[in-house]
Amino acid sequence: MTKATTQRKERLILGNRACAEGAIAAGCRFFAGYPITPSTEIAEVLARELPKVGGKFIQMEDEIASLAAVIGASVAGVKSMTATSGPGFSLMQEHIGYAYMAEVPCVIVDVQRGGPSTGLPTKVAQADTMQARWGTHGDYQAIALAPSTVAECFHFTIRAFNLSEKYRTPVIVLTDEVVGHMREKVELPDPEKIRIINRMKPTVHPGWYQHFEVNPHFVSPMASFGEGYRYNITGLTHNPDGFPTARPVAIKEKLDKLKNKITHNVNDIVEIREEFMEDAHIAVFAYGIVARAARQAVRMAREKRIKAGLIQPLTVWPFPDVYMEHMLEQLDLVIVAELNQGQLIREVMRVNRGKTRVRGLNRYDSELITPDQIFRKIREEK
Amino acid sequence: MALLSKVTHQYLRTKKQFPNVWCAGCGIGTIMGAIIRAIDNLKLPQDDVVMVSGIGCSSRMPVYVDFNTLHTTHGRPLAFATGVKLAQPSLKVLVITGDGDALGIGGNHFIHACRRNIDLTTILVNNSTYGMTGGQVAPTTPFMKIGTTAPYGNRERGFDIAKLAIAAGAPFVARGTVYHMVQLRKLIEEAILKKGFSLVEVISHCHTLYGRLNKEGGAIEMLKWQKEHAIPISAAGKVPPEKLRGKFLIGVLWDIDFPEYCEEYDKVIADAQGKI
Repeated sequence: MTKATTQRKERLILGNRACAEGAIAAGCRFFAGYPITPSTEIAEVLARELPKVGGKFIQMEDEIASLAAVIGASVAGVKSMTATSGPGFSLMQEHIGYAYMAEVPCVIVDVQRGGPSTGLPTKVAQADTMQARWGTHGDYQAIALAPSTVAECFHFTIRAFNLSEKYRTPVIVLTDEVVGHMREKVELPDPEKIRIINRMKPTVHPGWYQHFEVNPHFVSPMASFGEGYRYNITGLTHNPDGFPTARPVAIKEKLDKLKNKITHNVNDIVEIREEFMEDAHIAVFAYGIVARAARQAVRMAREKRIKAGLIQPLTVWPFPDVYMEHMLEQLDLVIVAELNQGQLIREVMRVNRGKTRVRGLNRYDSELITPDQIFRKIREEK
Repeated sequence: MALLSKVTHQYLRTKKQFPNVWCAGCGIGTIMGAIIRAIDNLKLPQDDVVMVSGIGCSSRMPVYVDFNTLHTTHGRPLAFATGVKLAQPSLKVLVITGDGDALGIGGNHFIHACRRNIDLTTILVNNSTYGMTGGQVAPTTPFMKIGTTAPYGNRERGFDIAKLAIAAGAPFVARGTVYHMVQLRKLIEEAILKKGFSLVEVISHCHTLYGRLNKEGGAIEMLKWQKEHAIPISAAGKVPPEKLRGKFLIGVLWDIDFPEYCEEYDKVIADAQGKI
């Protein structure tokens, strides 16, 4: 943290800058990235700020190499991050799978823009919602956090590091062009008041150490390269000691471990913000920047005595299945508002199983969904 | 020979990981031996050595050796190694890669690693084919040689790896062969000691696939081919040009000095902190 940051607590800053400062506050000391709009400011800020705290920044030849370097640095014991947008996020999918399989903590920020392909580099979208969940090959459990404000960019990036370190898995911060490029007044907390989680270290003798130990918590202690534990990491299916295996029992054990460490800890990972949901019959389900319009819309509805409420998943992945199953019982209508052709609505409908009406409100013309649009949808559908 | 294997065995994960995946007669085992003896000669502590590899036959090597080992994705070991080294410059990072790994899918990472000049020692095993997937044509397969995906002969030219590395900015480039195993060990030692990005291209043989498809014989015939076609760079000036045709040079081909990236980055940190 620079002196300027620590002295003047209340500042007007860019969402992308808040992400970068959150990373430094979380203990990130390595960033590798490749320029791409609208995420580039994160790299630019960290190129300047990381060396001030003894950290390292490197611009790689592409996004594939960026995440590879991030994983390498994390294996060497340094908290690491990269940031990108749609097309770059696609290139990173190979190594998101590797980090998941090799259980390497790292953070990937995806500042979403319009797609597919080069699409709309300077405009907003939420069309990577499903890419964040299913983008890599193979069975995979994702963690993705979705900030909607500049302050949340700071805090959610810290939380992304904490979850990543705690569960030894890649964590995605799913922001977007508007959140990333928006300036808001934020009061950042004292660094000493920020809760930081670091990866669990082994306490056993190196001879007994298993880098991928199977235990009841599903998370294995992690030694870094150079600490005297000489182990093997591979993207091949492997035994707890890290060596490749093709034994069906060992393969299943490994893949179950990877799955269980997320699915058994959903309560710890998932965060939801509600407004007016105590007595709501209608819910607007929206994340990120859209949730802000939705909040305004449900307030407008309440003024008209319509019992509407907001469900804002702060973690898009894992999807809050249990919470939604319970919540759908009390609802007559759910409006899923998102900046794509309908991605998260599939999850709501999956959990809904016919309990109540689910309607989509979608916009993918580069503009934001307005509070008025959502309010009108509530009135039309109620 | 008994003495050599005694040294080698200290560094092998013999209890856990053997037998290995390589075909009998493959050159990669000899290369692994040369790397181990180089590390042993230089007395590098095993805890400080990191071996990073990609995907392919040669990239299986880290599994068998008792260092900090990172078996990564196809073509990307140099990018992973860049992160390891920059994050922890005290570690000695070796990258084991094949010709398909480094120059096919990983070509971009390869030229940028040469250019960036991070202190990595890269051992590139060049067997002119994709061995693990079954003998397909590689970016190093010579013109008109046969691969399973070039059944009528390869109509492309193969890369000259050393020239490519030099042009891309690598400060240290050497070439050895499996046949010249003592020289290979020395070249690897020099490469490890070199401050900056160093490349040792090792001409190896895949008699199982490439040799069979191209009727070049078994392992012994292909080793003989290496012996007969390699010309030490020290002798190159004395050999008439017509006798160099179809041959290749071995030895240290290029050795210049250029600021190493990790050391330069320490200066970046000093600059940044001085400005606060």
